[in-house]
Amino acid sequence: MNKRILMKGNEVIAEAAIRAGCRYYFGYPITPQTEIMHYMALTMNKAGGTFLQAESEVAAINMVYGASAAGGRAMTSSSSPGISLKQEGFSYIAGAELPAVVVNIVRAGPGLGGILPAQGDYFQATKGGGHGDYRNIVIAPASIQELYEMTVEAFNLADEYRMLVMILGDGTLGQMMEPVLFREEEPIVESTKEWALTGNKGRVHNSIQSIYINPDDLEAKNNELQAKYRAIEEKETRFEAMETDDAEVVIVAFGTCSRICRNVIRQAREQGVKVGMIRPITLWPYPSEVISELAKDSSVKAFLDVELNAGQMIEDVKLAVNGVKPVYFHGRTGGNLPSQKEILDLIMNIHKEVNQ
Amino acid sequence: MAIVFEKTKGLTDKPFHYCPGCTHGIIHRIIAEVMCEQDILENTIGVSSVGCTYNNYEYFACDMAQAAHGRAPAVATGIKRVHPDHTVFTYQGDGDLASIGTAEIVHAAARGENISVFFVNNAVYGMTSGQMAPTTLLGQVTTTSPFGRDSGLQGYPINVSEMLATLTGAVYIERVMITDFKNIQAAKRAVAKAFRVQKQGLGFSMVEFLSTCPTNWGKSPVESIDWLKENMVPQYPLGVFKGKDLEV
Repeated sequence: MNKRILMKGNEVIAEAAIRAGCRYYFGYPITPQTEIMHYMALTMNKAGGTFLQAESEVAAINMVYGASAAGGRAMTSSSSPGISLKQEGFSYIAGAELPAVVVNIVRAGPGLGGILPAQGDYFQATKGGGHGDYRNIVIAPASIQELYEMTVEAFNLADEYRMLVMILGDGTLGQMMEPVLFREEEPIVESTKEWALTGNKGRVHNSIQSIYINPDDLEAKNNELQAKYRAIEEKETRFEAMETDDAEVVIVAFGTCSRICRNVIRQAREQGVKVGMIRPITLWPYPSEVISELAKDSSVKAFLDVELNAGQMIEDVKLAVNGVKPVYFHGRTGGNLPSQKEILDLIMNIHKEVNQ
Repeated sequence: MAIVFEKTKGLTDKPFHYCPGCTHGIIHRIIAEVMCEQDILENTIGVSSVGCTYNNYEYFACDMAQAAHGRAPAVATGIKRVHPDHTVFTYQGDGDLASIGTAEIVHAAARGENISVFFVNNAVYGMTSGQMAPTTLLGQVTTTSPFGRDSGLQGYPINVSEMLATLTGAVYIERVMITDFKNIQAAKRAVAKAFRVQKQGLGFSMVEFLSTCPTNWGKSPVESIDWLKENMVPQYPLGVFKGKDLEV
């Protein structure tokens, strides 16, 4: 049984969701994530669930709101322009404290942009996007195996915290194929959901809403949400540290970009420059603490933030570094990926500069 | 002493916040009465929308979700797919359903989504203080058509019931008015029929209620009822637009 299967990223996400007990999928076609829909269309009904092609991304996220309010494990997926349309729903889901999983296979923007991979939705994913004070847990896998495992985990986190969990991938992860090893049984955590709309038999009626007209009630609700977010920052922050123990230059990169940088570490070390990397796995909550600690480390001379955008996560890196060490940036846009060589050349220059 | 009238158990004890002469309260009551008469209160999930009735999740005694502006049919779709054996309804005004929510209502009807929609048409945005709605009549003065709705500038009213009746997935659509005892009883029969259509799994049903807004029309409740009959009914004739011969 323990056999690796070669699968496309988007299809793995869909398979993982069904394995995680997701039985309600609502979506609208958009490249480069549409294979998630195709896979759902083929398999969801057989799994005893609902696949529904909505009239728009707006409708799809509101169907998720309804299905989740009714107690179902529900998800939607899209890519950047479609995610923009769903932001209204994200805010309502946050306000109503509903579990939901949303996949964003990011493409290059702004506007209709292009269909090639990018990380230009970092701000939108981690800083809000919709209106009001709210947070979503944002998970950034970097391989097909991680897409599988983290999608399963996303459903558990969504139920546990009653909030939206976003899988933030990019066109590369969605479209590429890698071997994936599925577990025999998924670690599904069942929750009771006493708050769900199931009919009021034997109890007072339930309501799901995000409106609190009385300012004190709304402030109390906001305080409750913020307390939940602080607890998540404590418990759910995840990152991978690679060869940071003796590093002079620390790369910070996530997702596909971290895959490219991983190879650069080895190449730089072969040339005598000690490079390490922090790969944030959760983009919110952000692993600020480990970056702050490294910044204080005397062996660390500089940070290099590499992204598939014009510089978004770098703001969080700089906040964590807090001016203690220089933070350099390298980014590509338009759907282009940086080559290992261009990152390596930059690291050599940075190394020279900080050792002068 | 014999009880000759009592408040329906389909409503909570929370006092309505609606303006004097507003007909939302009557529509709430007849929906609640029908839920009790059909013994479906414990198996019904309603969806509130955005507008004057944003908080009727506090008034109906069944489970309720509150939806974003115009999205109630999509939310109801999600609920119904999880609980196909429950009765699911939306309660929406004309701004919510006929303006910002046109895509959601058209596609819910087109899918034959097995839900019941209660559409309250008072030809004006009530909650935000009397702006022009898609259902505002030609010549009607509102805060955003202060010189009267001009077809050259603002187009024409939308007859939602007639429009949705063209869709195969819509199986029962009726327009009623909340003006007097006889018509309120007719409205209640329409609500009962919509729920029976859903119970039998036949598909999408909608009742459109012609309704008054004395506050934003600048009229007394009695004048408002006369205005409705004289002005709204010619544009929005009463009747069954789909499912006339449906035996349920």
